[in-house]
Amino acid sequence: MAEVEETLKRIQAHRGVVATIVVNAEGIPIRTTLDNSTTVQYAGLLHQLTMKARSTVRDIDPQNDLTFLRIRSKKHEIMVAPDKEYLLIVIQNPCE
Amino acid sequence: MEIIYVYTRKRSEFGRPCSFSDRPAEVNVDIPPDPSMASSFILRNPVDSHVQHTSDMSEHEVNTERAEVESRGVNHVEGGWPKDINPQEVEQTIRFRKKVEKDENYINTIVHLGTLMEHCVKQNNAINIYEEYFEEEEMVEVEDEPPSAKTINVIRDPNVTKRTATHLSWHPDTCKKLAVAYSSLEFQQNMKNMSFDSYIWDLENPNKPELVLRPSSPLVSLEYNPKDSHVLVGGCYNGQMAYWDTRKGGLPVEVSAVEVSHRDPVYGAIWLQSKTGTECFSASTDGQVLWWDIRKLSEPTEMLVLDITRKGLLENALGAVTLEFEPTMPTKFMVGTEQGIVIACNRKAKTPPEKITSTYSGHHGPVYALARNPFYPKIFMTVGDWTARIWSEEIKESSIMWTKYHLSYLTDGCWSTVRPAVFFTTRSDGTLDVWDFLFKQNDPSLSLKVCDEPLSSLRLQDNGCVVGCGSKLGTVTLLEISSGLCTLQRNEKMLATAMFERETKREKILEARHREMRLKERARSEGQESEVEERPVESPQEVLDRARKEFFEVIEAELQRQARAETPTPAWQG
Repeated sequence: MAEVEETLKRIQAHRGVVATIVVNAEGIPIRTTLDNSTTVQYAGLLHQLTMKARSTVRDIDPQNDLTFLRIRSKKHEIMVAPDKEYLLIVIQNPCE
Repeated sequence: MEIIYVYTRKRSEFGRPCSFSDRPAEVNVDIPPDPSMASSFILRNPVDSHVQHTSDMSEHEVNTERAEVESRGVNHVEGGWPKDINPQEVEQTIRFRKKVEKDENYINTIVHLGTLMEHCVKQNNAINIYEEYFEEEEMVEVEDEPPSAKTINVIRDPNVTKRTATHLSWHPDTCKKLAVAYSSLEFQQNMKNMSFDSYIWDLENPNKPELVLRPSSPLVSLEYNPKDSHVLVGGCYNGQMAYWDTRKGGLPVEVSAVEVSHRDPVYGAIWLQSKTGTECFSASTDGQVLWWDIRKLSEPTEMLVLDITRKGLLENALGAVTLEFEPTMPTKFMVGTEQGIVIACNRKAKTPPEKITSTYSGHHGPVYALARNPFYPKIFMTVGDWTARIWSEEIKESSIMWTKYHLSYLTDGCWSTVRPAVFFTTRSDGTLDVWDFLFKQNDPSLSLKVCDEPLSSLRLQDNGCVVGCGSKLGTVTLLEISSGLCTLQRNEKMLATAMFERETKREKILEARHREMRLKERARSEGQESEVEERPVESPQEVLDRARKEFFEVIEAELQRQARAETPTPAWQG
């Protein structure tokens, strides 16, 4: 329990990190540093995108699997680390 | 009010009942054929009849009913929570979350994912893999592509009777909204069911206007207040001025009184630079320029009559068709008139005759557009009849540069806000021309046919890339110009300055020379006049003799010249 806290705090403390969200397999946000409505939006949308990305990778090569997903946009970068049951989402402002 | 009471009764219940009876067939008339009439028949010879061996076809038109589409957003409600937990209840959700966090699987997963994530976050912080590596080289590539423009949006007049889009005004901050004034400028062509409305369009939604402005008379010009983006001022077809506040809806907040307004359509209305941000001025073909304060539209604050003889007489006044004002020079403004003359005026002159500082004449017809170059305030451009001309304020006799005479009228024009030597013009055959005077002066750099009907107005967005053109049938087309025409090139400012100065100098020299020649002519004609007075008055016969003698002398001289030309000169021989 303490390691989880420590890990999440460490990530949040890095330069440029705007928010951290932990989502479970049903799309319910477990831990978040943003307000509820934004979190729900991110959780729902990124969950679906990750499922799609994973199925894409596995369709091309069934022995392959998705390890990480990075979406870079004009304003910031959304990084998603997927797992079987949970999803760790971090939004960071790349240094410029 | 009519009061109607409806009651029903079965048909069989009123009227007399039908009584049917049956009887056998009866012959009513029997006409036997009469053979004697057969002789009066004329047989047709030859008989022609047509036969066609094709399948019978018929034409039908089918059109689906136009479905009105509207974009709307949907808000998702939180879901995914197990059935027994109410997402609105904060306690229940917190309890659920705590339960999940105690799960061993969760802890392991998060720690593992955390290390993975940290690696990427640190990576991002260490180096930016998407940085521009070869920045300087990029600029060279841009010059090679040919200029082009593409249509990004088309906004049509939703009414059945189409009106001309006479004026466009971009929203000062966001440039995502466009206010368009619609009116019919044909003389006395107002149709009865023509709508008076003008619209503010949001570019995200070109099918339905964002706000409908309802004046009492169609708007000819419309401008956003550059200081307060909720306020617009509009000049009406009947000469009144009205102002709107978009927060208050579509009806004008205040309208100027009819007695003190213009007597002709208000062709130009521009906001002034003032501390209160509520002053504007307007010009119309009745020859007046009126200044208004928006808060009190019952009477104008100041008036100027455009009489170039400087007597202030309304009968001699020229009708104004365009108005120009540059916020960096708040006391000066320019008016383009119907007679083809541009009048430069100074607002702060002490007496009304002195308000008109200078006039520039050079167009054969009304000056439809007048704009100062945003980079060189002394240089301004006028568009009228079949040409566009560039003038320098110092040279009052003629323009310093001009385009060739086109086949169709030029209706509007404006300078580019990013490049000093680029300007846009619209023509009455529906073409938009983009001129780059540093590159080519004989032809436009880009000539685009926007639509089939004449284009009536033009407005460039502040970023210089997007231009909106309004046409006679009320269609506003938005075009995006290729980046080559809207990015400043390396030495452009210097070259443009040099070009304008060179042309100004040339005109100055020409003007000086003309003046000299005129002085000489005048001196000579004065000298000749004194000579004529000394000669005695000749009788008609003497005049005739003298004329005949002179005529024969001229003929002789010509014949001798011809004879001399025919005989070869010695130099040619041998």
